[in-house]
Amino acid sequence: MSDSVKKPGLVQLLENLKNLPANAKASFSRRGPADGSRRTRAQTVFNNVFMHIHTVRIHRWSLKPTFTFGLGIASAASFIILAVTGIALMIYYEPSTSGAYESVKNITFVVPGGRLIRNVHRWAAYMMVVTVFLHMVRVFFTNSYKKPREFNWVLGVILFVLTLALSFTGYCLPWDQLAYWAITIGANIAGSPVEVTDALGVTHMMDVGAMQKELMLGSKFVGGPALLRFYWAHCILLPISMMVLIMAHVWRVRKDGGLSRPSDITDDDLKGTPCEELAEEAFTEKSRKSYGLMCVVRNKTAAVDRGPERTVMSWPHLFNAEMLIFALILVFLLILGLMVDAPLKELANPSVPENPAKAPWYFLAMQEIISYSAFCGGMVMPGLTVLFLMGIPYLDREEGDCGRWFVGEGVKRTTIKTAIVSTIAVVGMLVFTVSYGWLRNWFPDINQIWITMVNPGTVLMTAFVLVTFGAVAKTRSTRIGVTVLFTYFLVSFVILTYFASVHRGPNWDFFWWPSLWPTH
Amino acid sequence: MASDKKQNSSGDRRDFVGKCATGTFVGAVGLAAAGSLCGLKPSVLPDPSEQFKIGSATDFPVGSVKVFDKENVAVFSERDGLYAISLVCTHLGCIVSLNSKEGRFDCPCHGSKFTLEGKVTQAPAPKPLPWFKITPQPGGQLMVDKGISVESGTKVVV
Repeated sequence: MSDSVKKPGLVQLLENLKNLPANAKASFSRRGPADGSRRTRAQTVFNNVFMHIHTVRIHRWSLKPTFTFGLGIASAASFIILAVTGIALMIYYEPSTSGAYESVKNITFVVPGGRLIRNVHRWAAYMMVVTVFLHMVRVFFTNSYKKPREFNWVLGVILFVLTLALSFTGYCLPWDQLAYWAITIGANIAGSPVEVTDALGVTHMMDVGAMQKELMLGSKFVGGPALLRFYWAHCILLPISMMVLIMAHVWRVRKDGGLSRPSDITDDDLKGTPCEELAEEAFTEKSRKSYGLMCVVRNKTAAVDRGPERTVMSWPHLFNAEMLIFALILVFLLILGLMVDAPLKELANPSVPENPAKAPWYFLAMQEIISYSAFCGGMVMPGLTVLFLMGIPYLDREEGDCGRWFVGEGVKRTTIKTAIVSTIAVVGMLVFTVSYGWLRNWFPDINQIWITMVNPGTVLMTAFVLVTFGAVAKTRSTRIGVTVLFTYFLVSFVILTYFASVHRGPNWDFFWWPSLWPTH
Repeated sequence: MASDKKQNSSGDRRDFVGKCATGTFVGAVGLAAAGSLCGLKPSVLPDPSEQFKIGSATDFPVGSVKVFDKENVAVFSERDGLYAISLVCTHLGCIVSLNSKEGRFDCPCHGSKFTLEGKVTQAPAPKPLPWFKITPQPGGQLMVDKGISVESGTKVVV
């Protein structure tokens, strides 16, 4: 204090100015100069509100590319790119039936760089659907949803649903033909419980379908209020929910002990992952770590004769890996955005639907089962699927090793067997339906409730649930059971998506190839 | 023993009052939140009018069919009268197109097919296409009301 008092004021000011960059940097990072020591590298992580969502040290297994394929980070990267490009698009976008289409055209043709930003936004949305889906597949087949990670799996399923909801509300906004008919179909799916209330004869008392539909559209018909509601959901409600849940999801990864890992990691397993001296050290009988006792108390085996935890510093190893994935995704999307334009169809025309009116590819599996029954294909079966996905960690509580692909006795064999059987079953169902039709073709006057309950989709789903029960009874393993049902879900999703994109043409008729579609 | 009991009961009482207060608060906030959800459904829906004029009877010679694109209604004129039929598919709301070659309606979205009377011949449509009320207006004009459906087969003689 005495020192600074003695100096003349101006000299002091000059000195402060000279030290400003260093002081600002130190106050920003909450740590001393970066000397590369473990201490400052740890401080880099835990003194930063964003970075300390990660642990200071990370297990080398978590950095193994063939374990995660970086799919979680790829999803998060896509979300960040979507948020940034989305905010940019909001400057010009106008959520009204008279202005929406024009504004999207302006973004594409008038705004400098607008076309690229819109393209990247669109391809990032596709990318996110793919990576989130594959991320779920990875977590399932590495058995990583087991205790204590059950709830994080549930959060993940909710994030998957939110991703699809964001895509759906997003492609409605340009108010082109795709948008208009997508909202129309979506709203009528919300209104489809009327199939059941009609059959029960209670529609006049409580029309649940119409209530849901009006809530979605803000009107009985698709128009301005519906567009405004979709805009609100796409730009405010869903992204904020998503952001909060992503935070919870990543935080839970940390709290639940990092990524799952097997109990028998060998040095061979860790080849190619970053390494530091400490990670190589093997524990002797005599623990050098003071918290060894806590591990014993928490019922973990003492780490004897293997590396203490085979961890490395998160800064820079984990952050490097994450930045690499982010950069790869960004570069890929930029190249795609420069080369391929996001589609924009004609202005919405309420009198003429497109023929065929197809949803984006990731909804086509659903559109195929919707073509059997709106209520079952649009609400019951997707609802049950999401419930099943969320329920997986509670249906299967077998304790077993996790962290390796297809870990567990018979899981790999079951997966392959189920994949083959369900491929045959789904293709067989499609061939049968296309060649022979269904109940309405055989009994033209049949009550709709029969078709709602018994259609190709529900028959197949029921069959596979029964097969699952059989598998559980036979193998006495719930892990095998959920593997059967999950594999069936994957296979039917992929086959139905392919079938509806390639083999469904005008009037939703079957065609061997799109080039065979009749011309008008 | 006695004092123990007394303490317990006073604790219970305080607990009870606390629970009442919390319950009241949660209930009030919950009801207010539920009530404010009503705002999602406006009292007056911003919908277009469901009535429209289709011209006079002379515009519909027997055997003719007129499609009203804007309203998505087709009007058929037959020997025993006129009928107006909705072109909105009862499955998911796509607009069916008149396939005059085959004499039926086809839905482009999910493949439903209907007879010209609106009967479903091919799933997934759950219901027949509704028929709308046609009313002659003073001055000879005919008006179709999409808000009022009549039983299939109810033709209007003009």
